[in-house]
Amino acid sequence: MRYRVIVQRLYHEKLAFISLVYLLFLVVLSIIAPLIVPYDPEAQDLTNVMAAPNWAHWFGTDELGRDIFTRLLLGGQAAIQAGMIGILIPLFIGVPLGIISGYVGGVIDDIFMRVVDAMLSFPAILLALAITGALGVSLWNAMIAIGIIFTPQFARLARGQTLQVRREPYVEAAKISGSGASWIMLKHILPNIASPIIVQASFSFSLAILVEASLSFLGMGAQSPQISWGGMLHQAYSMIFVNPLMMFFPGLAILVSVLAGNFLGDGLRIAIDPKIKRT
Amino acid sequence: MFFKFLFRRLFYVIPMLLITTLVVFSLILLIPGDPALALLGDNATEEKLTLLRAQLGLDQPIMLQYWSWLTHAVQGDLGRSLFTGEFVSEAVFSRLGVTFQVVATAMVISFILGLLFAITSVIKPNSWIDYLARFFGVLGTAIPNFWLAMILVVIFSVNLGWLPATGFTSITEHPVGFFKSVLLPAFCLGSFGAAQITRQLRSSLLEVLESDYIRTAYSKGLLLWPVIWRHGLRNALLPVVTTAGLLFGNMLGATVVIESVFAIPGMGQLAVHSILQRDFPMLQGVVLIMVLMILIINFITDVIYGMLDPRIEFE
Amino acid sequence: MKNREKLLEVKHLQACFPTQRGEVKAINDVSFSIDKGEIVALVGESGSGKSVTALSVIGLNTPSIKYEKNSDISFKGKNLISMKKKQMKKIRGNEISMIFQDPLSSLNPLHPIGRQIAEPIQLHQGLSYIKSREKVIDLLKKVGIPEPEKRLKDYPHQLSGGMRQRIMIAMALACNPSLLIADEPTTALDVTIQAQILNVMRELQKDTGISILLITHDLGVVAEMADRVLVMYGGEIVEEGDVFSIFQNPKHPYTEGLLSSVPKLRGASENRLRTIPGTVPNPLELPKGCNFQTRCSYATEQCSDLSPQLVSNEMNGKVACWHPLEKVNKKVTNFV
Ligand SMILES: Nc1ncnc2c1ncn2[C@@H]1O[C@H](COP(=O)(O)OP(=O)(O)O)[C@@H](O)[C@H]1O
Ligand SMILES: [Mg+2]
Repeated sequence: MRYRVIVQRLYHEKLAFISLVYLLFLVVLSIIAPLIVPYDPEAQDLTNVMAAPNWAHWFGTDELGRDIFTRLLLGGQAAIQAGMIGILIPLFIGVPLGIISGYVGGVIDDIFMRVVDAMLSFPAILLALAITGALGVSLWNAMIAIGIIFTPQFARLARGQTLQVRREPYVEAAKISGSGASWIMLKHILPNIASPIIVQASFSFSLAILVEASLSFLGMGAQSPQISWGGMLHQAYSMIFVNPLMMFFPGLAILVSVLAGNFLGDGLRIAIDPKIKRT
Repeated sequence: MFFKFLFRRLFYVIPMLLITTLVVFSLILLIPGDPALALLGDNATEEKLTLLRAQLGLDQPIMLQYWSWLTHAVQGDLGRSLFTGEFVSEAVFSRLGVTFQVVATAMVISFILGLLFAITSVIKPNSWIDYLARFFGVLGTAIPNFWLAMILVVIFSVNLGWLPATGFTSITEHPVGFFKSVLLPAFCLGSFGAAQITRQLRSSLLEVLESDYIRTAYSKGLLLWPVIWRHGLRNALLPVVTTAGLLFGNMLGATVVIESVFAIPGMGQLAVHSILQRDFPMLQGVVLIMVLMILIINFITDVIYGMLDPRIEFE
Repeated sequence: MKNREKLLEVKHLQACFPTQRGEVKAINDVSFSIDKGEIVALVGESGSGKSVTALSVIGLNTPSIKYEKNSDISFKGKNLISMKKKQMKKIRGNEISMIFQDPLSSLNPLHPIGRQIAEPIQLHQGLSYIKSREKVIDLLKKVGIPEPEKRLKDYPHQLSGGMRQRIMIAMALACNPSLLIADEPTTALDVTIQAQILNVMRELQKDTGISILLITHDLGVVAEMADRVLVMYGGEIVEEGDVFSIFQNPKHPYTEGLLSSVPKLRGASENRLRTIPGTVPNPLELPKGCNFQTRCSYATEQCSDLSPQLVSNEMNGKVACWHPLEKVNKKVTNFV
């Protein structure tokens, strides 16, 4: 019921709503991309390399004559997957840990928070890089690394929110009526701290896309023949003196997707709590 | 009193240090299977493997490994590169200065742009500069810094030929060369920070300018500029101090990308190389030193905050 | 008072705020004057336009405010409304100064109080902080702060509420202004502290001969401090008179309502004027006729047709009412 109100309010946050539509569109597109792309992403046409955008190749071709539009659509898969994993791992590991830590309190909570603080003092990209390096360079490992680096943030958020609702009457009531701790956390605490976590997830989604692109750009993510926007930019960078136009569309795709996640987060925040000032 | 405050802060930092070193150390635990085999590759001889296991202490129990790594690290011994054999600490420290110059410049750029945008947009609300500032605040936090770097390289290096596309000149070597070589990378590194500072300072200035003591300042006969300068800015900058600390860490991390784009021989590039070369002690060294720098900066920003805000008691 | 010399004269002051929901008509044709050395109280419920009136005098309303053309505020013969910022700046804090309701939020939390008090002196007299130090210490003494030398480096959060308001007073008086505007200076303070602050203000008034525009909704404060009273309702002045006639023989039903809603036992609680049934009219849609008609037990058809004008009465005061009260109100005579 409350969520219907939030969705309604979100509808009135035009920018956020458009962003949501865009992101959903992107998800669908990345699923059906292999079925609809006009060319084989690996099909080289050496007679037609580095073509400018034209009717046959909407976004032009790369230095091997491959269709950039095709590769861009398929590259969306990596971005969406990174975004998904970047929020699923924290949701399934960070949030429960945070709730438990906040609910149990005491020494466990103290130690837990110190660890979280320590994890957060690592720069996100560097830690993602190091974890990928340790696990072995691959797109899959890069995504796992992204999930790991976002986990402490969600844990801290969930813990803070839990501390706020822990003393609420409905939690106390459930305790008195003899509900078990895990039941209380699942049924009474989690639903009541969900909103800020959803907002955070929206921001993390776009950050995950950004980190995945960065890692793939550095050659630490997608490995050929896997396609990713960051990887396409890496390729474009090596051609920068020859064909600077090649970098345009992959970069734009990243930018727009990251912006969409940020706008959605801003809009969700306002939809959930309209008292928040716009900036 | 002040020293007590420092002391208490330090007391908080020490457990953080321990945990961060533990995190850095346990990176090696993430290596699937036999780390030695993973690092040297499948066709390594048994002899070499044994040597590496001994060098990394892999043949010892895990806590003992950590302890020995930590005690060595405290003495400045971070091991040797698996690739070149040079001392990790030497390699890292020789690159520290480069990275520091780039990051410091980026920080300066962030603050200059952030202050400029925030103040002008607050003074002239809904003017073109206000819209520009807001646009910049939104764009700067979303644009991939390596894409920005590529765009700027195309404009300023390829087309205009004003600035070098790659390479780095140290300030001690050639100040003008330094300025030219650092401008693009520092701007790309600093654009995120500039956007953050613009957004935060803009909203905190707007909030501060609504407050009662600003009305008091006007009632004394001060005009807009002195009011902003003497009563608005310092108050509005308080939250930015904390942000600046976070930004420093963020920029330090982003050097792995930016230094790779601009071929700057700093710590970020070293980190990337050491991964590609599976040079694990080197990677650990870089990560450790970067985190240490971040902890130090956070400590400093805490102290600065305490000095700027008299409401924070030093006792 | 002895020599009636006009210091401030407000004529036909009328102002509104354009907002998204329409024009907020904050004050409507307000006229009054303040003589040299006089303490004038401006009373009325919250939202009746007292602060907007006061801020108009010192030119500190939100810049969005729109003044009606013939609004006129003349101070020592100079028109303040049409005055340029550069000139106004020389008057603010120098000839007219102001203190506010909440002294904690009105002081800058990051500056030591010595510096804050010295600021108007530095600004208007061109003295350095070192040179103005003696004056600051002197001011602190005058407002009754013990060991002033030691307090200079204190920050607002280190002082009590009463001390902070004393600091505000010291700051306001730093350049010997001829008019002090005090907007509910004691509302945020404890009752015992309120009395002390009022004492300080009265003493300083006697010493310096400054004029004070005292805004309050506490009639106890009015009785203790004021020479003359302006009663404000719905953005208009509905009654004006010297303090004795207002308390002994209020002419406007609203004034009567205010007086009868004051608890007998002073200081028992904050004397909020909420006991008149009904609420102040919405400044977005003021009624036709008298603003008070809906809450007035004497209202007639005439009251809903035409707004009553403020006219002089036999008691040397003025009232804007079609049916001014005649009898002495016995209930409140013991109050003064
Ligand atoms: N900046 C402003 N913008 C819009 N309306 C305002 C503004 N300032 C005051 N008002 C309105 O003007 C009316 C009078 O306010 P005010 O003078 O503050 O009342 P008082 O001080 O008597 O409590 C109120 O209805 C208030 O809402
Ligand atoms: Mg008021």
